[in-house]
Amino acid sequence: MSGFLKSLFRRNRDVEESPQAAAMPEAIAPEERRGWLGRLTQGLAKSSKSLTGSITTILTKRKLDQTTLGELEDALIAADLGLATTERIIKAISAGRYDREIAPEDVRKVLSEEIAKVLKPVEVPLDFRGQKPFVVLVVGVNGSGKTTTIGKLGAIAQREGLKVMFAACDTFRAAAIDQLQVWSERTGARLVSRPPGADSAGLAFDALTEARAEQADILFIDTAGRLQNKAGLMAELDKIVRVLKKVDANAPHAVLLVLDATTGQNAMAQAEAFAKTAGVTGIIMTKLDGTARGGILVAIAERFKIPVHAVGIGEQIEDLQPFDAEAFAEAIAGGGG
Amino acid sequence: MFESLQERLSGIFDKLTGRGALSEADVDAALREVRRALLEADVALDVVKGFTEKVRQKAVGAQIVKSVTPGQMVVKLVHDVLVETLGSDGVGLNLRASPPVPILMVGLQGSGKTTTTAKIAKRLQERDKRRVLMASLDTRRPAAQEQLAVLGRQAGVETLPIIAGHTPVEIAKRAMSEARKGGFDVVMLDTAGRLHIDEELLAEAASVRDIARPNETLLVADSLTGQDAVNLARNFDEKIGITGIVLTRIDGDGRGGAALSMRAVTGKPIKLLGTGEKLDGLEDFHPQRIAGRILGMGDVVSLVEKAAQTIDADKAKKIAERMKKGSFDLEDLAEQLRQLQKLGGMSGMMGLLPGMGKIKKQLDGVDLDNGVLKRQMAIISSMTPAEKRNPKVMNASRKKRVAAGSGTKVEEINRLLKMHLQMADMMKQMGRGKGMFGKMFGGKGVPDAAELEKMQAELAALDPNALPPELREMAAGGTLPEGAKPAPALPGLGSRLPSLGGLPGLGGQPFRGFPPAGKKR
Repeated sequence: MSGFLKSLFRRNRDVEESPQAAAMPEAIAPEERRGWLGRLTQGLAKSSKSLTGSITTILTKRKLDQTTLGELEDALIAADLGLATTERIIKAISAGRYDREIAPEDVRKVLSEEIAKVLKPVEVPLDFRGQKPFVVLVVGVNGSGKTTTIGKLGAIAQREGLKVMFAACDTFRAAAIDQLQVWSERTGARLVSRPPGADSAGLAFDALTEARAEQADILFIDTAGRLQNKAGLMAELDKIVRVLKKVDANAPHAVLLVLDATTGQNAMAQAEAFAKTAGVTGIIMTKLDGTARGGILVAIAERFKIPVHAVGIGEQIEDLQPFDAEAFAEAIAGGGG
Repeated sequence: MFESLQERLSGIFDKLTGRGALSEADVDAALREVRRALLEADVALDVVKGFTEKVRQKAVGAQIVKSVTPGQMVVKLVHDVLVETLGSDGVGLNLRASPPVPILMVGLQGSGKTTTTAKIAKRLQERDKRRVLMASLDTRRPAAQEQLAVLGRQAGVETLPIIAGHTPVEIAKRAMSEARKGGFDVVMLDTAGRLHIDEELLAEAASVRDIARPNETLLVADSLTGQDAVNLARNFDEKIGITGIVLTRIDGDGRGGAALSMRAVTGKPIKLLGTGEKLDGLEDFHPQRIAGRILGMGDVVSLVEKAAQTIDADKAKKIAERMKKGSFDLEDLAEQLRQLQKLGGMSGMMGLLPGMGKIKKQLDGVDLDNGVLKRQMAIISSMTPAEKRNPKVMNASRKKRVAAGSGTKVEEINRLLKMHLQMADMMKQMGRGKGMFGKMFGGKGVPDAAELEKMQAELAALDPNALPPELREMAAGGTLPEGAKPAPALPGLGSRLPSLGGLPGLGGQPFRGFPPAGKKR
């Protein structure tokens, strides 16, 4: 079981070709495979170019004065770090360097180091040893990429030879069950589902009972997308958690919050509310292959200290990558490209 | 988490009260706060810069109207420029073409295209009496086509039969020809989610566009989007050419700065707002509403709508009747507490109330919603019917019994009883119809959309002197955290919220019932 762990969330920056990859049906013609850093920075390069550019122009043979710091601040804000985090980082950068000349590369390095300092403690691989079945509850707002993430996680786990089960507890959105069904066919993971509109907590209960009976290694529970300010829907999520505990007092063993990198400051509210209701144990950030830099993750790490397990940088299974604090920080600071 | 612009500015301008015109220095100080407020609301940085410049030009030298403070004056200016930038209301869908009129839906993954497609189709068919055909061109995401088919059945809108293996371009062609044959008025083409930098997929969307020649190409975007909103809107507009924007998840609690960003960089109107997952959750865009929200002035419209949806009108009416007579007992209070809980609890509601941001912040961390409300309800449930009807009989031994029964302490019971007493008193006064606040209880029911818009607009130009005296007293009474002036919200709420009147916390005064929350912070 630790094989999966190592493979999916290994620290190694180079993703090796998995021998079973070809066995995956849709498998996702692995075009040219790049290392994790390469892919992430490539995704982010498109966006960080402007940032890099602006830092360079700001700083060539200039002093680190108020104007310069102001412009650096702008650059971080544009990466969605949010005001409070941005200001703290800028303060850290100016400490001891104020009014001194500084080379552009050094500023990037300092910037990236400051960001990485915040992110490093939350760089935690998903650990699901010691429990069988290991129950993973996946939560998030609508459209953040929960089902796709489960599909990818399930595919990787199955590939590692684990017995995987999916529970289609999004009984609300049209065709959500079908979507997970397709992933189940692709990966060979068994799907537990009920007709649309069924009670999701009841389904979660049955799925866990079944997963135990069938000695599955890992059970992924997909939930309906819900906005965190909807009390009723959050109560429903709370119920799913409570019901799971009736089967196994320690379940769910992991509660993954899927965050969309394009989301702005509201991601903070999402992290807070889902942590409160469902006890989020880890974050997966999706859609980092666009121009959004997901800087809000820095603010979330700073404030809530929730572990970050992985990032999604594309639609392929391989595009779900372990979270790497330095790479993420470098990409935000524009130093990786 | 957020502080409203008004609150930020009030600090800066406190010492300026009474001066004649806004000086350049005043404006600069104010604009720094405006910038912060906009950035916290996710308005893109470039857009913020252009925006504050616009405000500066209007603000320097502007005469301050007597009855308002300079802070309010700036808020008003900002609000006006926001509304102006967001564009005028009611730019509807353009369906003026010979049928079938194609509408193309584009956007990022997970922005809500498919749901929005079905919502628009349903509206066109039911409200505008057009025959609509929907087709999903999403051959990438598993079950995306089935999703649209299911939504079509739910909405009573026809969908193009799915043929496996067809490319998006083929589906678009087939949709157009089927629509012609079938005599449809509108064809809605739902495309796969794509990144705005994915050249290949953008080219595919462009070829679909060239085949269908859509009358409308709508960019569906999440209202919770951050700084990236400018990039995505600009790219979609450049590569595919959009005619309008639909903002989804407006029912979330994001500040919606993306609306301003996208409108500013593309110049394309925001045509519709998606709220909620139900298929009738589609609204026309009104700039005032979004402007108020971006500024953290609260979204009274949302509050009223939420209240209207959640609150049991009959029960509320009964309670209102009883309040008028002054017979507001603990049973009524319990009902109010239940309804408050349904509305998302105290903090959920305060987030929507203008001017309440500060209180909310001060109460952050105090578990009002689940703690206090639940305990208060537990206390009331542990009372006998006679005690609920007539709380005066609560003596020491009864209190002890109730405390034991509800797992609370006698002090908490005292607090609850005091709160009830104060509320009942306040209601008796208001029941007599004093001031605008009093009209709350004589209201006629749920306001219509036009009224709601007016209310939101009124918020921009509030005059604190127009406050009913009893509210001013309350705010000044020292029972509320400093600076928390819920009052500005209330005139706007005034006559239209019959059922909310008695909710603890709304009027300010009932906060006396929560001393641990109010005083510590």
